[in-house]
Amino acid sequence: MAVLDLKRKLAILSDAAKYDASCASSGAQKRDSLGGKGVGSTEGMGICHAYAPDGRCISLLKILLTNFCIYDCAYCINRVSSNVARARFTVKEVVDLTLNFYKRNYIEGLFLSSGVIRTGDYTMEEMVRVAKSLRLDHDFRGYIHLKLIPEASPELAAEAGLYADRVSINVELPGDESLAILAPEKDAAGIKKAMGRMRLHIEDRNAPVKAGRAKPRKFATGQSTQLIVGADAAKDGDILARSAALYGSYQLKRVYYSAFSPIPDGSARLPVIRPPLVREHRLYQADWLMRFYGFGQGEIVAPGEDLDLTVDPKTAWALRHRGDFPVDVNTADRETLLRTPGLGARGVDRILQARAQTRLTLDDVKRVCGSVKRAKPFIVTADWTPGAATDGEGLRASLVAPQQLSLF
Amino acid sequence: MRVARLESEIDFDGWRVAARVLRTEGVSPEAVVWTVERDLFDQDLFPPPRGEGGGEADGWGTVQGVSTASPQDSSNPTRPLRGHPPHEGEGKILTVPAAFIDLAQTVILHRSPERLALLYRLLHRLERQPRLLDNPADADVAKARDMAKGVGRAIHKMHAFVRFRLVEDVTPETYVAWFEPAHRVTEAAAPFFARRFANMNWSILTPDACVHWDGSTLTMSPGADPADAPSQDAQEEMWRTYYASIFNPARLNPAMMKQEMPKRYWRNLPEAALIPDLIAKAQSRTETMVAAQPTKPSDRVLKAALKHARDGSFGESNLVNLEEVAAGIQVCRRCDLWRNATQGVPGAGPAKAALMIVGEQPGDQEDLQGIPFVGPAGQLLDRAMAEAGVPRDRVFVTNAVKHFKHEPRGKRRLHKTPDRGEVQACRWWLDAERRLVRPKVILALGATAVQAVFGKALPVGKTRGQRQALDGGEQGLVSWHPSFMLRIPDPEAKDRAYAELVEDLRQAWKLAG
Repeated sequence: MAVLDLKRKLAILSDAAKYDASCASSGAQKRDSLGGKGVGSTEGMGICHAYAPDGRCISLLKILLTNFCIYDCAYCINRVSSNVARARFTVKEVVDLTLNFYKRNYIEGLFLSSGVIRTGDYTMEEMVRVAKSLRLDHDFRGYIHLKLIPEASPELAAEAGLYADRVSINVELPGDESLAILAPEKDAAGIKKAMGRMRLHIEDRNAPVKAGRAKPRKFATGQSTQLIVGADAAKDGDILARSAALYGSYQLKRVYYSAFSPIPDGSARLPVIRPPLVREHRLYQADWLMRFYGFGQGEIVAPGEDLDLTVDPKTAWALRHRGDFPVDVNTADRETLLRTPGLGARGVDRILQARAQTRLTLDDVKRVCGSVKRAKPFIVTADWTPGAATDGEGLRASLVAPQQLSLF
Repeated sequence: MRVARLESEIDFDGWRVAARVLRTEGVSPEAVVWTVERDLFDQDLFPPPRGEGGGEADGWGTVQGVSTASPQDSSNPTRPLRGHPPHEGEGKILTVPAAFIDLAQTVILHRSPERLALLYRLLHRLERQPRLLDNPADADVAKARDMAKGVGRAIHKMHAFVRFRLVEDVTPETYVAWFEPAHRVTEAAAPFFARRFANMNWSILTPDACVHWDGSTLTMSPGADPADAPSQDAQEEMWRTYYASIFNPARLNPAMMKQEMPKRYWRNLPEAALIPDLIAKAQSRTETMVAAQPTKPSDRVLKAALKHARDGSFGESNLVNLEEVAAGIQVCRRCDLWRNATQGVPGAGPAKAALMIVGEQPGDQEDLQGIPFVGPAGQLLDRAMAEAGVPRDRVFVTNAVKHFKHEPRGKRRLHKTPDRGEVQACRWWLDAERRLVRPKVILALGATAVQAVFGKALPVGKTRGQRQALDGGEQGLVSWHPSFMLRIPDPEAKDRAYAELVEDLRQAWKLAG
């Protein structure tokens, strides 16, 4: 077989990595390269160094160590039965690429995933070698995210946590049954067990240390996962229920939703229609409501049902609870304001701050929230009341955003 | 009218001194003109600015200036104030919230000419409204906040979009970037690069100012020209390759991209040149992808997959009962035999049995019925078991391979012996059955069954009748497969083999107790 040059390998192995939605480079322990020998810093917030024409941010060198894989997961471009071009990086190639890109300020760090070759342990070992070399040989202090191979031994997962800021295991399919059908070699129970072990590791290693005791080596600060939307029949309610369980059980930092996207040389077992991207968007909105707005999963959408694609989930909730509206922005409590369409968490904080001094008008709300278009029918201000609009029949129609066009 | 003169566009200290004087003197915001023009009165060199804050041309000549120019600058006709804060008693001591200083230090970096006047207006209003900044709904506060946000964003974008280029043939490693920030944030953004690239030498050149790091100190120099930076870097080709490959054409969303990566930055981003072409080709790439029929996996890949399936570990399965084994066998793809078989044939018999009989593989009848040993060979086995006094309903009967391997020949299916790989792949299921049934004795019938049970080939004729301990703790016995007798032409040899089978069955049953 012809030896591929590095550029060709990079093209193949980054192309193969683009279906992983995870891009975050935030949430690492703060550190910089002052006083060290290498490069790199993390400041809590990650930086997106570029944006691709698909609107997604590029903050990390997101690549696969190899796209050879012994598994045959139908939704995956790298499944063994797919005829995509294959390549494999050496550990050194990944290390050098990461450092070269980092020194030119192209990236925040490395996101390394891999197809499974030989065995889970073998593959995981190779990935850990990359992270270890970056950290120990090159004193690299940038961000590292390692994708865990669920079948790899717990010891290797723990070692990955020593060098990575974040680790993740992709659940991929919301239902265990679909996992069995579309990814026959994947073991839902095994994935859960691996996530549980990692949660314990993270909690254990990052627990506050009692005075006088040795500080343990820095450890990954979080784990995340990805769910593919639309490759199976799972409804949004099921997906969010799975997310809620994952957040609760394994303390995940993020669940990424990736609308199933056509892949070159797709499997015959996959649906031909892809879900609209707006579905992914609505899931992210619902996810935010659960994490930052105090909504229970069941309040947003029942299992077995889909989210309303025409309006955002908070607006959909408000339309179902019109009796709770309008709310007076000058008197309502924080929780109530957070449940009001069009008022974001920061906007609500500013409303609370401002109303200590003034009675807010609609213009005031507009200044602190950016827009009152969606909030208007649901709020009362010093100079505004929606009157009958909150209960009006045309309300829903007036809130529906113009239809997003699909590519297909 | 008063003119307040700053040393530079981002001279916050100068602004503070001037503002303190103006404020102490009770000058109203409308009566101040803020400028950084070096010599406002030398109209040959610096024509007076027009537009906002500029005032009437003849008004400029009559204003009393407030300048922050250095005291030794004697050519300046206005009253120098830097280093000369108001004397005590000259005015009351000004206090402003710390938050205002933070806000003002950020806002002054904004390129808007209004910023200096806005800050002074806020300062002025703070006297009567000390809590003004706590009202985010106030128009001036909101405006300042928006400017601060713009500046914060410009700093963030500078952190993100600076692209260093290696200066060739220089040691130590030295990198230089050309960047055009949206606001005057070069100084403010610099410490981040010092923390991140502490062990590199680097410079960032911008039209406003340049910043340099030598491994220990940050220094500033006046603005530069793009030509002062290296024009290329060998890694940029790699970076563009990455940028083009990580983009998913099926999710094209240029509006989102432009929102986060405004076009004003594209000029200095090596990857941005690719954008028009990536967008233009996205639709057709996607259509091609969707229209393309799935291709058949290559033989090499299939072989590799098959090999893995066979060599995959057994004994690790989570199967907890025989029903699950039976269900699993139906969807088993560990080898390719499922394709042409009707169904997988799991073992049959009690869930706990002292004796397990393992045959080779289902035959035609078994394949159709889904039950082991129901065809001619099965009937022969039934007869032998009856003669040996072995009750079939107390024995677990199964096969080494669960799918029927055959070759179509006219209207018939010719039995084909499973190869080692298939036996190996199927051991996963046999082992699961062994683990669940927990027999004391396993009787392997024929070479294939021997291979599966003992994990190695043994000559049946020589080893039959001998007890051998198996890894799972069972007693292993070997005998002839009944279908062997069906194929022996010599009636005498056939009878002898049959008798030996009966004998082996009897011994097995006795051992099983």
